[in-house]
Amino acid sequence: MKYLHIILANLKRKKFRTILTIGSFAAALFLFGLLTVIDKAMNSGADFAGADRLLVINKVSLIMPLPYAYLERIRQIEGIEEVTFSVWFGGVYQDPKNFFPNIAIDTGTYRRVYSDIVIADGQWNDFLADRQGAIVGQDLAKRFGWKIGDRIPLEGTIWPGVWEFNIRGIWEMEDKSLPSSDFYFRYDYLEEQRPWGKGTVGWYIVKVTDPSAGAGIVSAIDGRFENSPYETKTDTEKVFLTGFANQIGNIRLIIISVGAVVFITLLLVTGNTMAISVRERTGELAVLKTLGFSDAGVLGLVVSESLLISGIGGLIGLALVKLFTLGGDPTGGFLQVFYLPPEAIGVGFLIALLMGFVAGFIPGVNAMRLRIVTAFRRI
Amino acid sequence: MVRLDCRGEDCIVKVRDLDKKYYRGNEVIDVLRGTNLDVSPGEFIAFMGPSGSGKTTLLNLVGGLDEPTAGTIFIGGEELNKLSRRELARFRARYIGFIFQLYNLIPVLTAYQNVQLPLLLTSLSKKERIKHVETALAIVGLTGRMKHFPSQLSGGEAQRVAIARAIVTDPVLLLCDEPTGDLDRETGDGILELLGRLSKEFGKTVLMVTHDARAAAVADSILHLDKGILVEAQEPGVF
Repeated sequence: MKYLHIILANLKRKKFRTILTIGSFAAALFLFGLLTVIDKAMNSGADFAGADRLLVINKVSLIMPLPYAYLERIRQIEGIEEVTFSVWFGGVYQDPKNFFPNIAIDTGTYRRVYSDIVIADGQWNDFLADRQGAIVGQDLAKRFGWKIGDRIPLEGTIWPGVWEFNIRGIWEMEDKSLPSSDFYFRYDYLEEQRPWGKGTVGWYIVKVTDPSAGAGIVSAIDGRFENSPYETKTDTEKVFLTGFANQIGNIRLIIISVGAVVFITLLLVTGNTMAISVRERTGELAVLKTLGFSDAGVLGLVVSESLLISGIGGLIGLALVKLFTLGGDPTGGFLQVFYLPPEAIGVGFLIALLMGFVAGFIPGVNAMRLRIVTAFRRI
Repeated sequence: MVRLDCRGEDCIVKVRDLDKKYYRGNEVIDVLRGTNLDVSPGEFIAFMGPSGSGKTTLLNLVGGLDEPTAGTIFIGGEELNKLSRRELARFRARYIGFIFQLYNLIPVLTAYQNVQLPLLLTSLSKKERIKHVETALAIVGLTGRMKHFPSQLSGGEAQRVAIARAIVTDPVLLLCDEPTGDLDRETGDGILELLGRLSKEFGKTVLMVTHDARAAAVADSILHLDKGILVEAQEPGVF
């Protein structure tokens, strides 16, 4: 710490350059943070997935329905604890940009399969008692300021017309870090009102007794409906949700590629800046060595300077991302989980320090190798 | 061989058969040739000679800033050639103070911080460091300029700060390379008077390179170098 004033004084020497260098780190770490947030958001479904749940969809496509009659046939397969089903409704609330998933569920079985969804029993019973009832996730309720008793109209996009719902309950996930932004309503209401598609469901969710037996059950389900008009494709919920996210591309690969390019560029720019900064101070470094500063001491000063720049820049960048995420999902529901995890802040900060170390190390080694007499001859 | 009059173990500086060659392409430049020198503690010696005669090179070698091509240098009994770079740095910090023609202060540090630099390498506490710096600045008469940056100081003041920095660790040897070369006559006289006082009052051994015969006159003795050879000794006051 007794050398801190020297490091700070050197940073103040060319304030504009220091600010720009710190800014470079801040921008790079902001980008890193933002990409991490997007990655987290795109893959949040996988976090939501239960290890004991399988998803059964139409083999042709997720948007193709499956017969309701499959419910009992799936249930008969050994090792299955419970089966439920859902239908994607695709309703719009006021404006298409107000996207959120609205799904018809089977009230008789849903809670037994999704035991990690938490809702007060009283609210659930109210939901069961109202054919037009709906339960909404806490995040969603907060987003639109909804409360129990509100009447919510949704404009149908698959089944046209305005569908009215009464909010009867607000649910949240057992793990509060997971999103709760879905809108659930009753399948029997949909079935009664929709003009076509009756007797079908969107997908089945199967809860297995023993997750380790999942592979056998997957084969059993798909085998049972092989060569039928509605062949199935079964996967674990995690595989399904990850695959769903990757439909728009390998997000993680894109993020790593962009991040790598940014950090390599940052390294080159900062390394060059540090090299110039050290070259400008050749005489002063020679003076420090003359006074008795060791080679390692001079290296330490240069590297510390670089670390301080990268650390400050990194923290600013990450703080800006954090502030940005506090404002919530800016896409109107596409990125439901929109937050910067603490571990990402830690990793980002370490990356910034690593960049700072590498950027300062080579100029630092040059400073370390500097011969005093040669340096004095140059000034 | 000149000036081997130091009495055995009492020598603070002992130089034997010192050679320094520089290489420029195929050309070999003999900067110092067979230099021998003894310096007693508390002595004030001025080195004079034309440019390129090897004065500064000798000072750099004695200060451990450069390595000789041949020969040995002992400072207080320690043979510099045998010290590693790290040990040499530590040795300089502890036993040698440097004063340069262009002061060589760090421009972004205040006078106080510049003087404090060598003390950062010691195990002194902050409180002790403050005390040492204040004492050094008091000796050079700059107590009131502690918080000034080098750009806010006159040439004479900057050189006094440099002297304070050189003496703050209480070194046994002060090496001065043209300490008045960048100063006007009056200011230069003040610096020379200060160096003389450091030698007489504080017992510092001072080796000073200068072109200025008036400056050299302050020393106890004057040694002349010519083409890398110590050629004659001269008593001061002859000019």
